[in-house]
Amino acid sequence: MQFGIFTVGDVTPDPTTGTTPSEHDRIMAMVRIALKAEEVGLDVFATGEHHNPPFVPSSPTIMLGYIAARTDRLLLSTATTLITTNDPVKIAEDYAMLQHLAGGRVDLMLGRGNTGPVYPWFGQDIRNGIPLAIENYALLHKLWREDVVDWKGRFRTPLQSFTSTPRPLDGVPPFVWHGSIRSPEIAEQAAYYGDGFFANHIFWPKEHTQRMVGLYRERFAHYGHGSADQAIVGLGGQVFMRRNSQDAVREFRPYFDVAPVYGHGPSLEDFMRETPLTVGSPQQVIDRTLSFREYVGDYQRQLFLMDHAGLPLKTVLEQLDLLGEEVVPVLRKEFAANRPAHVPDAPTHASLVAAAASAPAETGAAR
Amino acid sequence: MTAERKLVVVASGLRQPSSTRLLADRLAAAAAEELARLGVAPAVEVVELRDHAHDVVNNLLTGFPPAELAPVIDAVTGADGLIAVSPIFTASYSGLFKSFVDLLPEGSLAGKPVLIGATGGTARHSLALEHAMRPLFAYLRSVVVPTAVFAAPEDWGGDEGGGALDRRIQRAAAELAAEVARREPAKPADPFALTTSFEDLLSGE
Repeated sequence: MQFGIFTVGDVTPDPTTGTTPSEHDRIMAMVRIALKAEEVGLDVFATGEHHNPPFVPSSPTIMLGYIAARTDRLLLSTATTLITTNDPVKIAEDYAMLQHLAGGRVDLMLGRGNTGPVYPWFGQDIRNGIPLAIENYALLHKLWREDVVDWKGRFRTPLQSFTSTPRPLDGVPPFVWHGSIRSPEIAEQAAYYGDGFFANHIFWPKEHTQRMVGLYRERFAHYGHGSADQAIVGLGGQVFMRRNSQDAVREFRPYFDVAPVYGHGPSLEDFMRETPLTVGSPQQVIDRTLSFREYVGDYQRQLFLMDHAGLPLKTVLEQLDLLGEEVVPVLRKEFAANRPAHVPDAPTHASLVAAAASAPAETGAAR
Repeated sequence: MTAERKLVVVASGLRQPSSTRLLADRLAAAAAEELARLGVAPAVEVVELRDHAHDVVNNLLTGFPPAELAPVIDAVTGADGLIAVSPIFTASYSGLFKSFVDLLPEGSLAGKPVLIGATGGTARHSLALEHAMRPLFAYLRSVVVPTAVFAAPEDWGGDEGGGALDRRIQRAAAELAAEVARREPAKPADPFALTTSFEDLLSGE
């Protein structure tokens, strides 16, 4: 099982001091956090993609390329790459390039973004959100698997004898996750292709996640990719820890109370009860995270949100120490126990290369 | 009696005791009686929005209903008939009432029989039912029965006003019961259900 962190890349004032990091500070903090993730033994760092203040990560592959050069082991991913408003040709090229530079340590998570206005900024219309996600991915999937592509769709200029370059590393495209909160069409899309499904999970009741993952698993089996419990599932999570749980609550509350998304709404206690947010001791985080398996089954990737709402870099790095040293080792052990042998790990570049080598040649196959 | 039909009553009065609740209860009792007369077993659930006011705001902010509000929303969207009663504040239904309606999933009240009622400090507010509340439910594509019931202070007083209110309640309740009785029982909506095949999604259907 893979453990890691995902970041939104928000520039938010620290409510306890009133200081706001500059964009430069925040960008360098994101890099520092990624390096720390590798240092403490996490597997994955994923960045969001946003094109509006107060968010900084508009160019994920540039940031991930820089991080790739400064890490050895960390798997670089996104949360999420906008499949609706990015040209699928550019996604195909950018992530194939990143894959080469990072030696295959790349996958990506596709999503539709969190703001309506982004669509017209890139010449699209939010009313086409789902159709764009479906059509653009169909093209991206093809561009990575067929050397020469003829293509015509509703949303971009047709392609004739087009080859996206560079070709994927070792002829194996990056693994793709489809992220969604509550759009059944996206779970269906992930199932259709046999790709991964990532349930955002944070900020929402677990029932949403349970329904969406259940649908994805059922459809994954329907499309013949394996049994339902072999589908590739990732979950988000949000935690804040101190050794003593009262200290964690006391320290995190001022950030929670005014945070974007849920601030000025439910109490910290209500939100902890109704969403996967866990504020407490490392042991509480361990117990809560292990409970996710009860409603989604054995899964492959757990990403935590650690650095939003204006938490200072120093605090985030302390959180990562606790996560890497005290929480994840126990989670690895506990999740591995009782995990049936036929439940696969999340695909990596190495496993996909091995699978391609052992599979009979099916070049150019539709899926 | 044949199959059961469920009436859900939403009352957004703020005081306790509330004249809005009083009107809502009178409408519910009359509608239940009319349903029984038509051979349909009535079940009645009353929701006082005041009890859920904080959860309504939290849902507006977070995008999901807190645990105690979720079953209320399910009850309203799964009702066979809805009785909606609000006090009239500043020329329209109350803000709490509208905030609650804003949380209902798109299309969830379409085709649903609705009886609208309101209370106010003076009878001069009575047409707010026609120029505010009825268009709201028209927008939601509900089937709003022709008689809307407004109760002013004088309606709770002497014989003269009380008798007129009783007659309006009876007429509105009979209209609602007729609409409810002639429909199949409502099925709850499932926002997570997959309604399009992937082939259709791919072909842009």
